Amino acid sequence: MMASAFQRAKALPVSGKVGLALVIFWLAVAVFGPMLAPYPVGAFVAYDVFDGQSAKHWLGSDYLGRDVLSRLLSGARYTVGLAAAAALLASTTGTALALTAAVGGAKVDEPLSRFMDMLISIPSKIFSLVLVAAFGSSLGLLLLIAAFTYVPGNYRIARALAVNLAQMDYVQVARARGEGRFHIAIAEILPNMIHPLLADFGLRFVFIVLLLSGLSFLGLGVQPPDADLGSLVRENISGLGEGALAILAPAVAIATLTVGVNLLIDAIGFSGKGKGR
Amino acid sequence: MSEALHVEVKGLTVTARNAAGEVFPIVSGIDFALKRGEVLALIGESGSGKTTIALTLLGHARPGATIAGGSIRVGEHDLTRLDRAALAQLRGNRIAYIAQSAASAFNPSRTIMDQVIEPALIHDLMPRAQAEAKAVELFRALALPFPDTIGARYPHQLSGGQLQRLMAAMALITDPELVILDEPTTALDVTTQIEVLRAFKAVVLERGATAIYVSHDLAVVAQMADQIVVLSQGRIREAGAAAQILHAPADDYTKTLMAAARPAIRPAPEKIALPAAPLLEIRGMTAGYGKIGKDGRPRIPVLRDINLTIERGATLGVIGESGSGKSTIARVIAGLLPPASGQVLLDGEALPPGLQGRSRDQFRRVQLVFQNADTALNPAHSVGRILARPLAFYHGLKGNAARMRVLELLDLIRLPATLIDRPIGGLSGGQKQRINLARALAADPQLILCDEVTSALDTVVGAAILELMAELRRELGITTMFISHDISTVRAICDDILVLYSGTMVETGPRTAFGVAPFHPYTDLLIGSVPEMRAGWLEESHAGAAPPPIGEISDHPDLCRFLPRCAARVDGLCNTTPPPRRPLTKGSQILCHHGDESLCPL
Repeated sequence: MMASAFQRAKALPVSGKVGLALVIFWLAVAVFGPMLAPYPVGAFVAYDVFDGQSAKHWLGSDYLGRDVLSRLLSGARYTVGLAAAAALLASTTGTALALTAAVGGAKVDEPLSRFMDMLISIPSKIFSLVLVAAFGSSLGLLLLIAAFTYVPGNYRIARALAVNLAQMDYVQVARARGEGRFHIAIAEILPNMIHPLLADFGLRFVFIVLLLSGLSFLGLGVQPPDADLGSLVRENISGLGEGALAILAPAVAIATLTVGVNLLIDAIGFSGKGKGR
Repeated sequence: MSEALHVEVKGLTVTARNAAGEVFPIVSGIDFALKRGEVLALIGESGSGKTTIALTLLGHARPGATIAGGSIRVGEHDLTRLDRAALAQLRGNRIAYIAQSAASAFNPSRTIMDQVIEPALIHDLMPRAQAEAKAVELFRALALPFPDTIGARYPHQLSGGQLQRLMAAMALITDPELVILDEPTTALDVTTQIEVLRAFKAVVLERGATAIYVSHDLAVVAQMADQIVVLSQGRIREAGAAAQILHAPADDYTKTLMAAARPAIRPAPEKIALPAAPLLEIRGMTAGYGKIGKDGRPRIPVLRDINLTIERGATLGVIGESGSGKSTIARVIAGLLPPASGQVLLDGEALPPGLQGRSRDQFRRVQLVFQNADTALNPAHSVGRILARPLAFYHGLKGNAARMRVLELLDLIRLPATLIDRPIGGLSGGQKQRINLARALAADPQLILCDEVTSALDTVVGAAILELMAELRRELGITTMFISHDISTVRAICDDILVLYSGTMVETGPRTAFGVAPFHPYTDLLIGSVPEMRAGWLEESHAGAAPPPIGEISDHPDLCRFLPRCAARVDGLCNTTPPPRRPLTKGSQILCHHGDESLCPL
């Protein structure tokens, strides 16, 4: 299993390898970051605000004189973890509903699709604002909001794929064999839509990172003294004029994380297709 | 270099690069030459390089391939030495190309006329009005209906055979000196093919153009070609005058091709002592799509009043052209399409109309084999998984027992056991079709419904599949329903034959009845349209002759469906009264006003 994963990684194109490296890097940061952080998250350790790079503070200090590197290492966990969990939740829910619609016929498909159309018309930011205002911000709520917001989008893509695949001859053969709907959905249809769905997962992940960062930017996301990458950008916004590292570092972090995920997903989809044909 | 030769290809080699980056030849050492006005045929199976060679005569190699050596002389030009601009001057102007699928070669959003005259306008050969006049003249020469107004239509309003002829008009509008026809009739029904062939022959040959005709079908080529080049795996196996290749082939491969094109009649296996009930019986079945109306007919009827029986161990052939509803019969029996009325009886007991309500055992006993193994096998699964599923589903076989049975099945269909873990994508077309068949066998069925199982395959591969099916039938005693558009195949392997036209049974009977006249007029057209492997057949064949004029057709729903095309129709009878079903003395039943005596003159 490990060997084959390694083989696959070796077969990736250069862009895919770069993506894989970035993804592994950020996963490692998410897992080990807090242990590596040189200072506690909320500690005021520098005498100056918006300090430049120095031996004591590799990424300088923030608007309150806290160590940016430590905050970044601790904050990555929230962004990566929340976004991955929410994207996974959104994708599995959306795909499961899409498969139900595809094998369930018009009676299931129509109401479900119209319901999803209704959900998709709710502006995600306003929806999040209302929920956060009503229930107060918590990690669980953020996760649910992010997942819920992106279920309809994933559903639409997955349903379009599944409905087409449900017309394929091999699905007809399975139906004529007397197979149940569950088998047809899981064994016949799902394996053939996994690559486009992975690409979609990458996209959702990025959207969720941006949504969470946006919420944090508005002060509704992860609450201080903890901070995700988006909050780090927001709280240091006053340093923008000086081009402080405190705002550049988290911004670059968000960029590399999202770009890395997309490069990897694109490369996997591509090599998968080459193999399948 | 002789001046009399119009096209001369010497030592042509085309190479491509594989995934590992190695250069390998697709075709090599190709030599042929032809005089002005001659027709040369390139014959071969898929993958033999025939289209690659045809494209090099346009100075073109497909992406990834390069013309690596040799010379291609057309008239005074050596195509291998011309640059892009010079080639663009020749293409669509001096050298024209007619592709296999006209339906996908036309732009659906532009009118026919705009597209047909485009080559003349691109090359600035004549003003628009003159080009349009010339196009109408070509439409007339190609025997297209409404030549004056057909140009204003869009591609989706025309049939495949008409589009194929319109593509010929597009190619000929510039009066090219060389025309390349790449399998132009392969996608058509035989009855349409004969019309298109006639039109091509008249127009291409009478204009004195040199032509290269690419095909896999020797009989079609026999009608067109002066010279034949037989290709296999990128090399010339045999080349010579058409008459010599057709009547005295020297090469073994050519002989194999000839043999595969004419399926041998197989003796019916000895009948087992018949139990009282036939295995399958269909009674008064009507089926179609859309809502079922008050009269019990669906909004879009596909099948009307189908009655048939298949005895245990027998093979029933269902034949008809595309759109005749032959696949729909199989879909109804398999339960994928519930019939609007009528019954399907398996072993004397009625099957539930749709998939709901059928027991797993009823599912097991009827197995459907789809035409196209590329789409009928799930590309995400391995060979072993595909074959193991029916074993687990119907027989509860798991683990080692299932694997043993899969290996047995692979052996039964003559495939190596090493294929078991291979993904479907890595198999050849013939191998896939065998797996497709084996999956049906895995269920241990009583009845196999084979829908055009050899149509997508090369003749040699298809012949091997038929051979295999005959063997399985002998060994396992399986009852088969064999759906095909090819009457010679059906006559070769089936015990009984049913001819379907537009969803009605026009003739049914034992195989022997299909060897002797008289036939139902449609059967006659089908049989008469199958090209024979000799020159001159096209001129002699009377198939596809214009039907006699008749008066207004009444709107009775049960009138003969074949009426608009029938060469034996009778004014005042066929267009007012539904035809009766009547027996012929040779043993078949036809749906026609004519009987033994009045059909004979056909």
